[in-house]
Amino acid sequence: MLLAAGAGVSVKALAEERVIKVVARKFVFLPRDIQVKKGETVVLEFTAPEVVMGFNCPDYKIRTDIIPGQVSRLKFTADKAGTFPFLCDIFCGEGHEGMSGELVVS
Amino acid sequence: MTTNRRDFLKLAALGGGAVFASSLPGCASMGMGEGDDFYFVQLSDVHWGFNGPVVNPDARGTFPKAVAAVNELGSGPDFIMFTGDLTHTTDDPAERRRRMGEFKQIAATLANRNVHFMPGEHDASLDHGAAFKEFFGETHYTFDHKGVHFIVVDNVSDPAARIGDGQLAWLAADLARQPKDARIVVFTHRPLFDLAPAWDWATRDGDKAIELLMPFQNVTVFYGHIHQENHHMTGHIAHHSAKSLIFPLPAPMSQPKREPLKWDPANPYRGLGWREVEAEKPATYDLKEIPVKA
Repeated sequence: MLLAAGAGVSVKALAEERVIKVVARKFVFLPRDIQVKKGETVVLEFTAPEVVMGFNCPDYKIRTDIIPGQVSRLKFTADKAGTFPFLCDIFCGEGHEGMSGELVVS
Repeated sequence: MTTNRRDFLKLAALGGGAVFASSLPGCASMGMGEGDDFYFVQLSDVHWGFNGPVVNPDARGTFPKAVAAVNELGSGPDFIMFTGDLTHTTDDPAERRRRMGEFKQIAATLANRNVHFMPGEHDASLDHGAAFKEFFGETHYTFDHKGVHFIVVDNVSDPAARIGDGQLAWLAADLARQPKDARIVVFTHRPLFDLAPAWDWATRDGDKAIELLMPFQNVTVFYGHIHQENHHMTGHIAHHSAKSLIFPLPAPMSQPKREPLKWDPANPYRGLGWREVEAEKPATYDLKEIPVKA
């Protein structure tokens, strides 16, 4: 669909990216595994109901702070297939070291 | 019987214990005169307060054993350095302080009174180092000993594993006062380089610290955090991690999860230990790994 703006610039409305909601709580990501199709552009939407946490997927070079009371969004395109670990990278307590998951791109 | 230190090291090498000579290629001589060589002991990751019989059924006995072993060194080290995670984390500030108090009491039984402490994330990340400072003092500092400049870098008081711009500026100012051939040893808790970021074995701005250190010819880094020996070079700078005194961890990214290795009753205290570091000519640090013994 084409929309004509007042300045004479045409704007294309793009299909909305799939939003995947992720909750970061002590000491799990829910869901633990994030499934994405190769080539798909998605938005990860994070909330943390308890304490400040972090999401970091080093292989995809994507990370964000997750602050209670706020929604953090990460938009990325899954341009490589495989299984990529992610972790909480803001120390959040005794279970911090086990707070991890996998981004699965297939 | 008082044993000469060199005799002790020679005898110990015959009896076992790995010796790693950290020789920096192309490094200028340390320029030490006769009698200037010395050694220190690195102890790391005691995690006092940890309770997990599956990984260490002697969690409260391992640290005292190590202290007793250090006290048995015939010619004592010049100083002892604890590279962080003195205590195991807890959400309870009162419990955190109780653990620090107990740790400090045991550390006070070390015969050598020249002991330096620094925090790990378990000690400092949940309260930005507040309790640690009450019990042990500053989280980053320097000291000089027999011609070597020691720098303690705090990469744990920020729970996001950053040294931070303020501390990096402090480091830069300190280094600006050192000649380029100064003998520099850095103690820190987390690896300054990206050892295994997916396991939180990194420092988010560690590259900035390394960049500040690179102009100096004689820099060696000793750290903890990963509960195992690991030896890595960033350019000419050697980084040596230490074993822990609580439970070993798997080799970086060797398994899906970064979980403690289970206790082996057939090999108690396997993977646990501490280290002697002898600074001697020419520009060499001889590392001797000492296992904890039953």
